[in-house]
Amino acid sequence: MRTRTAQVAWLFASLALFSPEALAAEAGPGAPWWIWPVALFVSCFLLGIIAVPAGVGGGVLFVPIVSGFFPFHLDFVRGAGLLVALSGALAAGPRLLDGGLANLRLALPLALIASTSSILGAVIGLALPASAVQVALGLAILGIVAVMASVRNSEHPHVPQADRLSQALGMHGIFTDGATGSTTPWRVHRTPAALVLFVFIGILAGMFGLGAGWANLPVLNLVMGVPLKVSAGTSSFILTLVDSSAAWIYLNQGAVLPIIAAPSVIGMMLGARIGARVLHRVPAATIRRLVLALLLFAGLRALLKGLGIWT
Amino acid sequence: MDVSPDVAQKRYARWLAWGTRLGLALLVLGFIAYILGLAPHVPIERLPALWQRPASELLEHSGLQPGWHWASLVHRSDMLVIATIGFLASCSIASLVAVIPAFARNRENVFVVICILQVAVLLLAASGLFAGGH
Repeated sequence: MRTRTAQVAWLFASLALFSPEALAAEAGPGAPWWIWPVALFVSCFLLGIIAVPAGVGGGVLFVPIVSGFFPFHLDFVRGAGLLVALSGALAAGPRLLDGGLANLRLALPLALIASTSSILGAVIGLALPASAVQVALGLAILGIVAVMASVRNSEHPHVPQADRLSQALGMHGIFTDGATGSTTPWRVHRTPAALVLFVFIGILAGMFGLGAGWANLPVLNLVMGVPLKVSAGTSSFILTLVDSSAAWIYLNQGAVLPIIAAPSVIGMMLGARIGARVLHRVPAATIRRLVLALLLFAGLRALLKGLGIWT
Repeated sequence: MDVSPDVAQKRYARWLAWGTRLGLALLVLGFIAYILGLAPHVPIERLPALWQRPASELLEHSGLQPGWHWASLVHRSDMLVIATIGFLASCSIASLVAVIPAFARNRENVFVVICILQVAVLLLAASGLFAGGH
């Protein structure tokens, strides 16, 4: 118990003490260029550690925090945010598919819709003035905090009858829980409504570079009735396609800067490996509250920065 | 030969795993070359003055054009990193193409069409047709 408390205290202390702004102030105006990439790498490493136990992708933490506290333009932060989310999803995708935690037939139609609309979101996001996107980002993050704090996912949702579209697409399966060994057949309903929701999810992902796993999961689980673990796995897999198309738009518009994108991706992936190891040793509820507090703070910061109140 | 639905999913997973491994390895190698200062197109020392500006201004100041212009400078280490990122953002295409025959053999024509459409969307996104800016 004492060890667990110490681990959580260490995480809190790391996040509280490590302030990129303080680091830059310490270094002075003539600070060498490498201060920021190093600070970014360390920040992403820490974010990666808490992202896994909190059950969120890296992008949703990365974009508001890095855009709020680092000197990079929002274009580059969103481009890197998409790559952080994409690389995490790509790294997990094969294992999720192989283990049956992601379902290809469930994911492909939804991903097709969302990846198409993510192109639109990226084009809109890069065409709008940065201050407008910053305000919208702040509002979106505060909305995400509200969704994450209020939604209670269901482990095995009740689906009385599969809809016709899902039957035609073969969106069903048998989920074997690795922890208990139990098998549960599943089917889905409200597929047309979910497809419409994925249009908006794609736009948000492309516009803000957020990844959008936070939105995929409740739609799959609560709207369509997919078991929670299959929802989580399929949500992550969908990001491999949605974020790929949006990432290309950012890349071809010059909004991917290697000095920002590469340390972010590498830091987040290394941190996530640590996060996966400590997953069973830290209290997930505490980490989740920490993430919600971080997002609330970063969302307010983005909103106030966009409004010119806290620049 | 009967191809069960699981075959398509496993094949997709296999192709995605190899693509991702290769992409991430190339990204790390490219980035090492970049931070070692191996002939970048934009000198690293200039970046602090540029990364605070919109992407369109960075392109302007670095003599780059929106779209695939970066590919013509892939011998430069920073553009090499961009190429490895492009590879990562494209490795799903190979996986999608790889499962089309499995879906076709299984007579899942809807998924053959969905895979083709998804490849088309990714190619459209990558094409540079949407390159514009602020």
